[in-house]
Amino acid sequence: MKASEPSEQCKEVFAALSEYLDLELSPASCEELEAHLKGCPPCIEFVESLRKSIDLCRGYSPTESPQPLSDNARHELQEAYLRMLQARENP
Amino acid sequence: MDRQLEVELARRLLAGEAQAFDRFVEHFRAKIFHYSWLMCGQREDAEEVAQETLMKTFENFRQLQDPERVRPWLFRIAKNVCLTKRRRSIFAPTPAQELSLDALMPSRDSRAGSLKIEIADWSHLPEDLVLKTEMMNELQAAIRTLPEIYRSVILLRDMEQLSTTETAHILDVSDDVVKTRLHRARLAIRKHLDGRLRNSVKEMAL
Repeated sequence: MKASEPSEQCKEVFAALSEYLDLELSPASCEELEAHLKGCPPCIEFVESLRKSIDLCRGYSPTESPQPLSDNARHELQEAYLRMLQARENP
Repeated sequence: MDRQLEVELARRLLAGEAQAFDRFVEHFRAKIFHYSWLMCGQREDAEEVAQETLMKTFENFRQLQDPERVRPWLFRIAKNVCLTKRRRSIFAPTPAQELSLDALMPSRDSRAGSLKIEIADWSHLPEDLVLKTEMMNELQAAIRTLPEIYRSVILLRDMEQLSTTETAHILDVSDDVVKTRLHRARLAIRKHLDGRLRNSVKEMAL
């Protein structure tokens, strides 16, 4: 059995969801989108799942860290920094 | 560390306060490492990108006119270093691959008259799951499967929390392109995690 298609309005809402969640929609478009959401439980459910997924991305904490910086690498960086300071003082 | 502290460290370094050096290096080295690790795919490459980016940062530090912009400025350097490195590696950039919006829409429940969509139950996703390693690993896997034009946008916008305009400047694209790619990247990640959530529900039911 073929799944029933989402309405055109659902598709429009779907395309604008990131802007909606980032508060970047114009007040008129925002009002229109919220009016649709009020009568469309599947869209509400979808928005919530997207919101949680974005929250996960924003709260992402890496599971890997770089190796500790070697003395040589640190020295190289410090030299570059000091050269920059010197060049600025004696252009 | 929030952006204001980064700006403060950049200001102090520009003023010649060497005491800020170690903190600045440690902080941005970790940030650039994570970005390039997810972009390049290899730990060694990511460590090299971080070192090279910091070298270029200090060599050109005088060009940073506005310390407020230190994070996007540094990420622009990192993006370029990363790209150069990847051109020489097996993780060379691939031709741009587009994600279609239609393919990211959830299917409707196939039962006649049903208004439901076929997605996992996200309402039970506890807030503190954000901290769980398993979920972070899943998220990483989702990011890695994204085509790179989307991956870079989500890393800069949602992970690094740079603005649309800052991201556009780093990637040399328009604000609108950033918005479009961000939306599709988020949808693709949602879809990937949705699949995982549904599988874990099935596993628990067994």
